[in-house]
Amino acid sequence: MKRIYPQKDYCIGCRICELACITAHSKSKDLIIAMREERKQGLASCKEVYERGAACVALSCRHCENPMCVAACISGALIKDPTTGNTLYDADKCVGCWSCLMACPFGAIHRNMQASKIVKCDMCQERGAPACVDACPNKALLFEDRG
Amino acid sequence: MLFKPISQSFHDFLVERDKERCINCEVCVRQCPYDVYYWDDARQQVMHDSSKCIGCHRCEALCPTACITVRRNPAEFRPNSLWTGTYIKNLFKQADTGGVLLSGCGCPQDKPIYWDKLQLDASQVTNPSIDPLREPMETRTFLGSKPDMLEFEETPDGPCLKGKLSPQLTLEYPIMFGAMSFGAINFNLHKAMALAATETGIYYNTGEGGLHQTLYKYGKNTIVQVASGRFGVHRDYLNAGAAIEIKVGQGAKPGIGGHLPGEKIDEEVSKTRMVPLGSDAISPAPHHDIYSIEDLLQLIYALKEATEYTKPVSVKIAAVHNAAAIASGIVRAGADIVVIDGFRGGTGAAPTMIRDNVGLPIELCLAAVDRRLRDDGIRNQASLVASGGIRCSADVVKAIALGADAVYIGSAALIAVGCTMCGRCYTGKCPWGIATNEARLKKRQNPDVAAKRLANLVKAWGHEIQEMLGGMGLNSIESLRGNTDKLRGIGLNQIELDTLGVKAAGQ
Repeated sequence: MKRIYPQKDYCIGCRICELACITAHSKSKDLIIAMREERKQGLASCKEVYERGAACVALSCRHCENPMCVAACISGALIKDPTTGNTLYDADKCVGCWSCLMACPFGAIHRNMQASKIVKCDMCQERGAPACVDACPNKALLFEDRG
Repeated sequence: MLFKPISQSFHDFLVERDKERCINCEVCVRQCPYDVYYWDDARQQVMHDSSKCIGCHRCEALCPTACITVRRNPAEFRPNSLWTGTYIKNLFKQADTGGVLLSGCGCPQDKPIYWDKLQLDASQVTNPSIDPLREPMETRTFLGSKPDMLEFEETPDGPCLKGKLSPQLTLEYPIMFGAMSFGAINFNLHKAMALAATETGIYYNTGEGGLHQTLYKYGKNTIVQVASGRFGVHRDYLNAGAAIEIKVGQGAKPGIGGHLPGEKIDEEVSKTRMVPLGSDAISPAPHHDIYSIEDLLQLIYALKEATEYTKPVSVKIAAVHNAAAIASGIVRAGADIVVIDGFRGGTGAAPTMIRDNVGLPIELCLAAVDRRLRDDGIRNQASLVASGGIRCSADVVKAIALGADAVYIGSAALIAVGCTMCGRCYTGKCPWGIATNEARLKKRQNPDVAAKRLANLVKAWGHEIQEMLGGMGLNSIESLRGNTDKLRGIGLNQIELDTLGVKAAGQ
């Protein structure tokens, strides 16, 4: 299964991956509109760059083998896709209880406060390939199958 | 400007941000190590201060909405061909600080570039040009001392070379990455150069800062340098590379030694260089054991002894007034390779006055050295490498036609990985992650990405060199060496033409 692997040694903390994520998940697919208009309506990045001192790393859902969020989900909104291995999210079923947020050991699930829904990496299903990986200017995000 | 010295009001660059496009994402804030951009809490938006801008264009390149344009500040002093803005600003700066003006990168001044005044030949009708896509085209060359004559002996397996050849470097392309020390540029780029040199079958030079332990495995494609500071030099280091280079001079700052500001000396650099953490590493101007050609001979042979005569020894000098006579002495002292570095050669830090006023154009010096060595009948005893301001494959071809065996590229290689020649290498805050060892900045060079780009550059130039050779009806780089008949000068006076050994266009 192909997964997104951050290389912390080469993450330069520019946060362009976050902007790519926001654009890819926006209605307009336009960075400027997404940031100025759609963000006010709750659009948020599934990815977040964490920094401490000189170290930085871009984290998003790791699509774990045994995802704790799926186990914690009370409404069946989070499921593990048996074929792709991706952890899928169905916003229609989500009741905004934030159980998954508390269960995720990686802090990879974020909140859309306006909609009372979660924001989580969907591996850019619509797009084909993850936007963050394509946008990273330093190839610090790798999209590869490590078995 | 409020709270600022007057000199800062006359800044070089102006940052323009298109308000229609700026999304206040702060990518520029995070990218600029010179703090041009900042988040203004009172205004709740990104603001900028053009007076701090050094013109590296990192922000422009990374801005996701392309809202930034960095341009030269249009504010101008009253036109004066003597007292130009550069001199006025330099005077202000020195009056502020009382210090020596420092610069990075090679001499940027408007002085003749002879590459641009030389045109290459091409075959028409009477001698066929060669198509490198369909016919073999040799870009491989060898650096090292060649014997005066070849003798063969008959053996049962056929004729065999009598005696032993001196050690040679085999280059798949007549291009090498020039000496840029670990410290001046960071580990990621040293690794990238090592990877790219290995992939393309060429060499990279360590510069005078030693060789990081983890890069010893790329020794087959490494030239290790011994300079006046002897930083990082020990037996294992000398034996780690494929050749050893004694750096006597550098084109960017002939007559003075290397400067590595303490800001750039982190733990790894300190360990590799064998100098204290954070202390300036200033190489002495001369080698204190070389005051004559005889002394140089002693060092050359000391290094040959240390490596059991298995590696060619190179001597690098800056292009200066009597370079031809000096080069002749260097070859007689036993050097296998002579490197001439022209005044356009780059540097991480040099006094501006020296960078801009000392040294000669490589084109003239190279031709003079090649001619002198041929006149002396010792040209075969050493290979000649030209460096300092080689910008493109045509410059490489012209250098070879003027007598070089190969060239070193430094600035061109750095530009391939992002350098925009802003010339602030000496601050240790290179926004492109090149001339810096700051943990946050050096990450901007991902060695895998940089290695790919460097290898691409060498291969691209290789293709172009093949095309130009083929056009001239040559099928090997060695047939071009010293072949000044393939060059014609345009707009040059007779003395320049004679020095270059080139005929005027139309002749």
